[in-house]
Amino acid sequence: MKTMQYLKNVVTLKLDSNSCTGCGMCAVVCPHAVFEMLNGKAHIVDINDCMECGACALNCRFDAIKVKSGVGCAAGILNGILNGTEPSCDCSGGSKTSCC
Amino acid sequence: MGTQINVQSLRPVTVTAPTVSSKLELSDLLGALKVRFGINRNNYIVKPGLYKVGKPDSQSDVLVSANYKLSFDVLRKKLDTLNVWILVVDTKGVNVWCAAGKGNFGTENVVKSIKNSSLEYIVKHRNIILPQLSASGVAAHKVKEQTGFRAVFGPVQAKDIKSFIEAGYKATPEMRKISFPAIERAKLIPVDFMYAKYKLLLILCGFFIFSGLDKTGFLFAKMLETSLYPLINITGAYVAGIVAAPLFLPWIPFRAFALKGTFWGLVLTILLYFLFEVPYIDGISMGLINISIASFMTMNFTGSSTYTSLSGVKKEMKWAVPFQIGFITLGLILFIYSKLV
Ligand code: SF4
Ligand code: SF4
Repeated sequence: MKTMQYLKNVVTLKLDSNSCTGCGMCAVVCPHAVFEMLNGKAHIVDINDCMECGACALNCRFDAIKVKSGVGCAAGILNGILNGTEPSCDCSGGSKTSCC
Repeated sequence: MGTQINVQSLRPVTVTAPTVSSKLELSDLLGALKVRFGINRNNYIVKPGLYKVGKPDSQSDVLVSANYKLSFDVLRKKLDTLNVWILVVDTKGVNVWCAAGKGNFGTENVVKSIKNSSLEYIVKHRNIILPQLSASGVAAHKVKEQTGFRAVFGPVQAKDIKSFIEAGYKATPEMRKISFPAIERAKLIPVDFMYAKYKLLLILCGFFIFSGLDKTGFLFAKMLETSLYPLINITGAYVAGIVAAPLFLPWIPFRAFALKGTFWGLVLTILLYFLFEVPYIDGISMGLINISIASFMTMNFTGSSTYTSLSGVKKEMKWAVPFQIGFITLGLILFIYSKLV
């Protein structure tokens, strides 16, 4: 089965090839295989697969990746709007792979 | 499970961290069921600290885990015959994925756990294995800087941890990917089902009473006679949004979750319309309400899904919420109107 993909052309992921040293960490941590290593640099395979978890940016010690990370959770965004804060979910998920 | 003791002052050879079995008992399984239905959730926290699985020594691997009991149980079950240490981080009883996103499973907490457990005296090597999904909260290079321990990211799923270790700490590309199979989606249904149960009851009560409205005022007999159709529709829409939409998630072509829900709301409306053979105005009013409810509930499933981005959900909500509010308002007006003429 193809990896499920969400809306197109919305994610905030940015990769700065000039700062990239090709250490490969981003490819290790990304749970959606967004990066591949080619000729000693990271490349974005399909940016629409990104879920903005922020793992790559946090673990790139060369600051080559920028992404506005957060949890894509409607209830969290609603909470945020109602309370006038940033999106926040109460994370009562029952599974290891889920949130909210 | 033994009681936890302070290993601070002990020499490595005499460390007596609590031992946990890699087998799950019936009470663990019953507990898991309760957590899923939101019963007594708070009892499902594992005390943070260092645990033994099997007979680990100073060369054994150190696995880091959240202190959410379900995560911890899955991990120890998958370890099978391995002898390892498990370092349980205080993530406030929240699973790895969520805790990392919220910062509870973060660099600072991992560093603190390593120091508090005196790990440096217990093992001779300087490596720890983190769950891959903690990477959105833990910066491996910062852990190294602050503790000297090199943090490697293990596989996404605990079930692959053994193969990961046996392959020399290497994960296959498959082990690095987060999947979202039907079985995982199904497990989330009870959680989501409980999510809005009171609101659902409230709406059901409202429609039960509104069913008795009449141009002469209020008729109790009419309420009993005509309330079945709206109540079944609304319950159905709730279930459609929470059960049908998640289960068939990849098979409904729309990308936006609100549209997936709309699809199920529409299917339900058509089915019930022909089943009950109601006047068309009832079909339309309930249809608007069904679509609104199913769409909203499915949109909420973005929080449980493993591939929706914050930017995407925000974009979707910009049009979906006004449309949901519009539909339910229009549906309600039509519903009341149909009662009064
Ligand atoms: S982690 Fe950063 S430096 Fe390393 S390959 Fe990825 S983008 Fe390049
Ligand atoms: S933000 Fe997460 S999903 Fe997106 S590219 Fe980075 S690691 Fe992958």
